[in-house]
Amino acid sequence: MATIDYPLEHPKAVTPEFSFSETLYKWVATVDHKRLGLMYVVSALFFLVVAGIMASVIRLQLAVPLNHLVDPDTFNRLFTMHGTTMVFLVGMPMVAGFSNYLVPLMIGARDMAFPRLNAFGFWIFLLGGFLLYFSYIGGGGLSGAGSAPDVGWFAYAPLTAKAFSRGAATDYWALGVLVSGVGSIASAINVIATAFCMRCPGMTLSRMPMFVWVMVVDSWLILVALPPLSAAQIMLELDRHLGANFFDTQAGGSAVLWQHLFWIFGHPEVYILIFPAFAILSEVIPIFSRKPLFGRPAMVGAVVAIGFISLGVWAHHMFAIGMTSWSNTFFAASSMLVGVPTGIKIFNWTATMYGGKLRMSTPLLFCIGFLLQFLVAGLTGIMLAVAPFDWQLHDSYFVVAHFHFTLVGGLVFGLFAGMYYWFPKVSGKMLDERLGKWHFWLFTIGFNITFVTLHFAGLLGMPRRIYTYYPGRGWELINLIATIGVIPQAAGLLCFVWNVVQSARKGVPAGDDPWDAWTLEWATSSPPPEYNFEKLPVVRSSRPLWDLKHPQDPDWKFE
Amino acid sequence: MAQAQEHALTADALQMEREWTLPDRGTVGVIFLIITETVLFSMFVAAYLIYIGKSLTGPYPKDVLELPIFASICLLSSSGTIVFAEHALKKGELGKFKIWWLVTILLGLYFLYATGSEWYKLIYEDHLTISTNLFGSTFYSLVGLHASHVIVGMTFLLVVFFTTLRGFPIQTQERRVKFLSWYWHFVDWVWVIVFTVVYLLPLKVF
Repeated sequence: MATIDYPLEHPKAVTPEFSFSETLYKWVATVDHKRLGLMYVVSALFFLVVAGIMASVIRLQLAVPLNHLVDPDTFNRLFTMHGTTMVFLVGMPMVAGFSNYLVPLMIGARDMAFPRLNAFGFWIFLLGGFLLYFSYIGGGGLSGAGSAPDVGWFAYAPLTAKAFSRGAATDYWALGVLVSGVGSIASAINVIATAFCMRCPGMTLSRMPMFVWVMVVDSWLILVALPPLSAAQIMLELDRHLGANFFDTQAGGSAVLWQHLFWIFGHPEVYILIFPAFAILSEVIPIFSRKPLFGRPAMVGAVVAIGFISLGVWAHHMFAIGMTSWSNTFFAASSMLVGVPTGIKIFNWTATMYGGKLRMSTPLLFCIGFLLQFLVAGLTGIMLAVAPFDWQLHDSYFVVAHFHFTLVGGLVFGLFAGMYYWFPKVSGKMLDERLGKWHFWLFTIGFNITFVTLHFAGLLGMPRRIYTYYPGRGWELINLIATIGVIPQAAGLLCFVWNVVQSARKGVPAGDDPWDAWTLEWATSSPPPEYNFEKLPVVRSSRPLWDLKHPQDPDWKFE
Repeated sequence: MAQAQEHALTADALQMEREWTLPDRGTVGVIFLIITETVLFSMFVAAYLIYIGKSLTGPYPKDVLELPIFASICLLSSSGTIVFAEHALKKGELGKFKIWWLVTILLGLYFLYATGSEWYKLIYEDHLTISTNLFGSTFYSLVGLHASHVIVGMTFLLVVFFTTLRGFPIQTQERRVKFLSWYWHFVDWVWVIVFTVVYLLPLKVF
């Protein structure tokens, strides 16, 4: 008798040939969590390339002083669309995509709790993306004023008032983001319900993979952080179209209310965006260090703590507006407090690697890159949490460098680690290691060239969002170097795209469990069949696949 | 020996499968939907509170608002009648269910009518619109957000009612009726907050 609990051998699914229209129908009408997860990730990668090209144009414009590569209006649209796209059309669908694909597989379920809601979430997110980009065509409105939104990704009042933002561009911004936010909420409810209600027998919460834990807290943050943004956008549209006075200072309204509402959303949002990277690291580092995650209960505690503390730090984005010193003190202290659980996580990942049998494959390289760069991001974050320091550097390139270190050096590196790690599961083929290493080194070097130097631009007083600058302020060399750093980054990304395309076509077959991993997604075939598991597994420890592969030395004897 | 161990494990696994229970996914989904809706409402409540007394021109709440006491009683008691309907459904008394369900609908409809006539009076007699002043902006957006939730709930109530009248076996959907009733309770309790913040506070305190 072979195994009963975990079917390791699967009948190979026969893949019949489908015509193009049949394939299209299968993808468009699907409610399968794996297909939806893939569609999320692929559309996010598409938007990543679009917004990356925008960033490159921004850098080219700033490479030399008094440059006129693009005109000022276009420049404003570029940084607005770059920021909005990266946050709402890259970061958010990556959250949804990774959790959609992996959560059911990791907890031994056949699908998400609400498959149709899942499909709704994806399509409405995509509609939001189209709405935002349609502004390039329809943003002028009847008055023909402007095209895409140019109010910055946080769209401060009164820039968004009808008088200062004519045409419909700001409306496309508000509605596009509002609509894609509905999709994020749908997918967050789905992830929570899936993790709570669909776990396979024996998978208690204390045995649930760390990835799922982080994604549950992430979904919680989405549920409590996105509605404030929706409320702000509804108020904005009421202001713009029905003449309400929420953000109209001339009628007694308050531009600061917009800032509060936006950042009540905006600060938890950066944790929403970084959590997938936390989740990925918590899976990848143990596997590639051949050690269980160090201090797992502390890791769960830390992530839950971040899920609550991060709700009370938002006004550190607003130190410069002149709040009372009590508010400044409170938000400075709470912002530093959130560094404690984040520090716990960094230490625990490092401790997991310490003394481990490290396998220096591409996923682990990206994790190490994450650890170092996210540490820098965290330290500059603590610096900016000090209110007087922030007064000095508010809205400067130091802030730009800080949050690109969190979101590129942190999130994007984490996502790459995850893609190299799970690509074999998704496609059944290994990604090429040589190209992967090229990708890692080119991207890491380029990223650091660009964003380490931008810290100094900020320290020298260069404000963000300026169209161009005069020579003689000491910014020329820094900006030129920062722009040169784009080249290795783009080359690294090309390596990645080429790697994915080539490996998907003729990569080395991966087999079910190429990394000798411990979580349930590796217990099924690669790619997994539509039903995920032939027989639902039964779990006795937090490393179910280890138990199965080592029946003489199972984890559950010690847990 | 090894085989005996494996047999023990298999039996253990079967035991675990049998004893494995998890919360209902619909329950969890509806609870978190209500949490996220609560956050949305609280932002509009906060905006109303922040802007109390900040309007530069009239009309002010004291001049135009009247306590909607009867409408509030209707809406809150509909929370009770929907529970009666649920109980009747649980006991399989379909006739009783239809009656209590209809009463719930009528109470909800009266509430919507009261809101509508209040707005009509405010707009046509007191000349308070959403663009008049901050009070108008925050009042119509908060009360309007609540009323739109009542309309959504009402739509579902009507769908259940008419499909049941046409012979749909609603007793098979007890679970979904329960979720609808939770949503209805949520809308009612939001009204308690709205009533306190929008009507009681400016009329009695400020």
